[in-house]
Amino acid sequence: MTIASVKFSALLYGMLLAIRLQALRYPHFRKHLKEKSFTCQIRTFDGSAGRSFTFRDGIVSSRSGVDSAAQVCISVASAELGTRLFVPWVDQLDRIEAMKNFDFKADGPDEFIVWFTQTMMMIRSVGWESGTKMRDGTTRYVTNTNGGPLFVYVKDGKVVRLTPLEFDETDAEPWTIHARGKSFTPPRQTTAATHSLCGKTTLYSPDRLLYPMKRVDFDPKGARNQKNRGISGYERISWDEALAIVSGEIKRCKTQYGQGAIMANHGSHHNWGNIGYYISSAYKFFNAIGTTRVVHNPDSWEGWYWGAMHHFGYSMRLGQTETYSTVEDLMKEAEMVVFWAADPEATSGSYSAFEGTIRRMWLHELGIEVVHIDPYLNHTAALHGGKWFAPKPGTDTAMAMAIAHVWITEGLYDKKFVAERSLGFEVWRDYILGKEDGVPKTPEWQEAETGIPAKDVRVLARRWGTKKTYLGAGGWGNGHGGACRSATGIQWARSLACLLAMQGMGRPGVNYGHLQWGTPVDLHFYFPGYADGGMSGDIENTGMPISLYQRMPQLPTFNPSTQKVPRLQIPEAILEGKAEGYPWNGKTIESQFQKFSYPAPGHSPIRMLYKYGGASIGTMTQTNRYVHAYRTEKLDFVVSQSIWFEGETKFADVILPACTQFERWDISEFGGTGGYALHGQTQMNHRVVLMQHKCIEPLGESKSDFQIFEALASRLGLGAYFSEGMSEIDWVKRLFDSSDLPKHISWKEFLKKGYFVVPPLPEDRRDPVSLRWFYEGRKKDVPEPHPLPGDYGEEFMKGLQTQSGKFEFECSSLKRFDPDDPERPPIVKYLRSWEGPGTELYGRFPLQLVSPHSRFSYHTLSDGKDSSINDIKEHRVLVNGHYYWVLRMNGQDAAERGIKQHDLVKIHNDRGAVVCAAHLTQRLPRGVVHAYESSACYEPLGEPGYSVDRGGCINQLTSKRSIAKKVTGTAANSCLVQVVLWDGSTRLEGAAGESSSATTAARTAARTEADKHPAMAK
Amino acid sequence: MKKWNLVIDVAKCFGCNACAVACHDEYYDNDFPGYSASMSKHGQRWIDILQREKGQVPMVEVAYLPVTCNHCDDAPCVKAAKDGAITKRSDGIVIIDPVKAKGQRQLVGACPYGAIYWNEEQQLPQAWPFDAHLLDQGWTRTRASQVCPTQAIRTVHAEDEDMRKMIAEEKLEVLHPEYKTQPRVYYKNLDRYFKAFVGGSVAGVIDGVTECVEGARVRLHRGERMIGETRSDAYGDFKFQSLEENSGAYRVEIADPRFATKAVEVKLGQSTYLGTISMSGASAAAVRH
Repeated sequence: MTIASVKFSALLYGMLLAIRLQALRYPHFRKHLKEKSFTCQIRTFDGSAGRSFTFRDGIVSSRSGVDSAAQVCISVASAELGTRLFVPWVDQLDRIEAMKNFDFKADGPDEFIVWFTQTMMMIRSVGWESGTKMRDGTTRYVTNTNGGPLFVYVKDGKVVRLTPLEFDETDAEPWTIHARGKSFTPPRQTTAATHSLCGKTTLYSPDRLLYPMKRVDFDPKGARNQKNRGISGYERISWDEALAIVSGEIKRCKTQYGQGAIMANHGSHHNWGNIGYYISSAYKFFNAIGTTRVVHNPDSWEGWYWGAMHHFGYSMRLGQTETYSTVEDLMKEAEMVVFWAADPEATSGSYSAFEGTIRRMWLHELGIEVVHIDPYLNHTAALHGGKWFAPKPGTDTAMAMAIAHVWITEGLYDKKFVAERSLGFEVWRDYILGKEDGVPKTPEWQEAETGIPAKDVRVLARRWGTKKTYLGAGGWGNGHGGACRSATGIQWARSLACLLAMQGMGRPGVNYGHLQWGTPVDLHFYFPGYADGGMSGDIENTGMPISLYQRMPQLPTFNPSTQKVPRLQIPEAILEGKAEGYPWNGKTIESQFQKFSYPAPGHSPIRMLYKYGGASIGTMTQTNRYVHAYRTEKLDFVVSQSIWFEGETKFADVILPACTQFERWDISEFGGTGGYALHGQTQMNHRVVLMQHKCIEPLGESKSDFQIFEALASRLGLGAYFSEGMSEIDWVKRLFDSSDLPKHISWKEFLKKGYFVVPPLPEDRRDPVSLRWFYEGRKKDVPEPHPLPGDYGEEFMKGLQTQSGKFEFECSSLKRFDPDDPERPPIVKYLRSWEGPGTELYGRFPLQLVSPHSRFSYHTLSDGKDSSINDIKEHRVLVNGHYYWVLRMNGQDAAERGIKQHDLVKIHNDRGAVVCAAHLTQRLPRGVVHAYESSACYEPLGEPGYSVDRGGCINQLTSKRSIAKKVTGTAANSCLVQVVLWDGSTRLEGAAGESSSATTAARTAARTEADKHPAMAK
Repeated sequence: MKKWNLVIDVAKCFGCNACAVACHDEYYDNDFPGYSASMSKHGQRWIDILQREKGQVPMVEVAYLPVTCNHCDDAPCVKAAKDGAITKRSDGIVIIDPVKAKGQRQLVGACPYGAIYWNEEQQLPQAWPFDAHLLDQGWTRTRASQVCPTQAIRTVHAEDEDMRKMIAEEKLEVLHPEYKTQPRVYYKNLDRYFKAFVGGSVAGVIDGVTECVEGARVRLHRGERMIGETRSDAYGDFKFQSLEENSGAYRVEIADPRFATKAVEVKLGQSTYLGTISMSGASAAAVRH
């Protein structure tokens, strides 16, 4: 016997002792051991060393040597390798290498393999302690949400309260900014979004899915009754049955139809975490089974991605510029901030709770002038005051061009910068002056388009041209949301980019931002964002290859299907069998030109939909299409893996109940997105890395997404591949180890306390200000690893990503792609919206609808579900026992229609109709109405897809048309509607209400079912 | 001894509802014996936020007013309660005993502020108990203060004398002082919610082009008396704040050396935006030249 054999044998014997010891110490572990009865053999390939472990009714027996009768056999190439792999401190790279080299194998049923390996891992984790005991008998755990981290106080297995984090004396002190003789330090706590503070009511919502369910008239072996999706009720089934149906359908679709038959579609953001979130375990599972990929459009970046990027690059940020240290620069240098289609007080930078709010309160103390340009007097304008401009939706570009006209004619721009750092200015200048088309883009010219008096635009232009001004565009300040999601979104983002270039972007006090991004936190501390891929192994579609893959080696995953469907055309792909689009791919500027088509050559049409989360009807465009797509026989099978019984979930054949993040383990950072939003932590006042404790046991029979995927994977022989033999907490520990956390805090302490505050850098080591390097003609000096080295024109780190390395008023990339595209010419030109005043629809639908991201919910998260958010009258209004979505309209527009406050109104066009409660306001000019998108509820009053909705899915009204022909983007903010008092009618007018299969019976059934509750299906 | 007070800055409230939702989180489905029984799931906002808009497009202001139990030192509810169901603690907090108050519906009407809600399921009058159960365990501020993003809601633990100083220094007010109940919830910038403004935009033709008139002297007159003076800003905008609503006739007089002085009469109901006021003609001074 070799020394290695002796060591390996001893190690295996040690494992036995460890199992027995932990079973003695922990009742929980004893209980776990009773779950399975089987024998597992661990051995070397040659059988020279080995041991078998037999589990029988919780008793573990073991024998040295080879047991050929064992159901599971885990084998290693040599005893020497075994001694390295079977220790708790195993090197993950060693493990992965051994697996990839076929030196480490597992044979037998997945169910047993995964259970065995997870049990071995549990020897280590079973004794881990988490949470802090409080004086009142509660235990304080920690979690992280879309709207900030939370302390979770739990007593007797029930969540008592949720609060933001208050730091203790051991946590790092925050940064201080000294500006204009004053000092500013953020409070030593985190903030929490309102949609997170209501989390207890969504956790314990009556709409929680607590059991697997099957549509009553769906029979996988018989009649599927696809047309009854959304109409029929559900019955409770066992997990075993549910998993059997779903795994059976996966196998059937693949063998019967071939690659591409299964489409996987995840919603966005109903969850948080680096392990259990969608860009992690979901991606791994979907890659592992092979799926038609749903390609998301750059939904919040549209105009910047398809437009502004061509002027300055930043493809890896999807067309939004770097944001380093802009908070300090703004506070020290800027004299004015222009908020353009920017409402950070409502949208909170997506994931950053109210972190930026306190910083914008400092604007008042610093005496910095603010201006707001938005058709709605938004919450940022309402809180901070300043001049409000309300251009007609979709006309902002005209206003921007008039500003440029004033600057050009009055010489109010940075001529040196334009001469040295830009290209093609003369071409654009001539267009602005009217030399190209005979129309000078004067303030008077824009008045006819925007409705803003020329005199006001002249004043704004002169002030902007003479004061150091930050342009706060969109919710992030460097773009995101708002006007970029409209038919004129590309022009708008492009024209804003040109304005800032004229003022010398990067000059002290001149940059993108409104204090939302750019705090002086320490970005050199490594902790991956969720978009860095977690445990997905996906090195193609996540940020993983940059840093995480090296730090957390794992089995790579690749999707064998190359078939793709643009998310906005899922209905056409399913119903018409055809779709095409342009991709969301930030690798280079040119990536967006690579048109793709569905079906992909040689691939199967989609026959099965795996829906993970459910938000399509509330968040996509013209969404009755999605309802139609669900109710077709072209889709054999729909499975929905959801936490709640929401609008879209009700169209599934089988529902798999997932739990919330309060009920599972995970790890993440506050606002830590990574990927295309690299260093998004600069939205926060403090970098806070969070343990996401499993605060309570999953409700009912719900399971974590990871566990659901693992269970399905096991039935497909993919269990070990999916989990790598680990459970969630082991993956959490693995991610902890891969980060810089262990340099600062022990696992034990982190697990107990639940968070770590990353100390900010000393004041003299803060990162340089964004674009200052470019303004001053130096090499790039901010900590941003973009663009790709090969994407620099002259010299690495010198210049922008554009062909010339300069800011291009005339875009080389667009010239190369299609210089004659009228919608996207090489210089930005003004083109009226294809849906707006002056278009054909305007006669019948004379109101312009804007539908921004909602203030009190996050996408569909926290809306509906009987959450406490519903009692906020700005969110929903209770009328006759029903919580209606809110439609805002100008008081005079309402009066002309006989509409009074909180009257029920029907907002409609040819695409759909939604009943809302009217809120009369002076925050909107005449002719514009405002309702948030993202309702979680879809409640058709008749046949689904062909009737009036009272759930509030405003996106039934928005157009499916892409912003422009050669891009794939949502133009949801270009939407014409009419609003009338609701007369109780339930049918859609005209063609939209005509269903080929519409029957009175179906409608009646739908109405009856709408009143039923999922819990009734027990 | 130190007592608890709440100080709310109306100018800093933007209606995010974090306080109201945190209040719901604390009291719905939680019982704190001796302090409170579970609040109803819906319709009871022990901390509520009132909202109003002032002015007309494009000169509009939005004001929010968080309202809750005022924890009055001379609380009518304490007097109206039978069996000592409502008590005033020595630290200033008013507690409705969730057991003794059962069935005492009259207490809802006893509060002139309407801060007491009737819980139908529990047959119980309820109001926000100042998070007393948390403060008694060492919390230093209420949940509303903890979650307020703008620090508009401050929890102040102070001697009454120090509180009086703060009231004077920060010009704090209470809601409806005429009720004479001595609330412990104080407000800053209350005018922002209750008072009205008159504003307008001054424009005139300068060098043949219609421009905003900056720096015009704008005076507000009430009868014979001038009660305010300001200058128009770069956009020609001016605004007089803190006027009583429905306070009758005012005259706005606009003077700029480039134009003839102009006066606009306004009968003030709610806040009023006078629109664009176009200046014309040469001023008397200019004519003399």
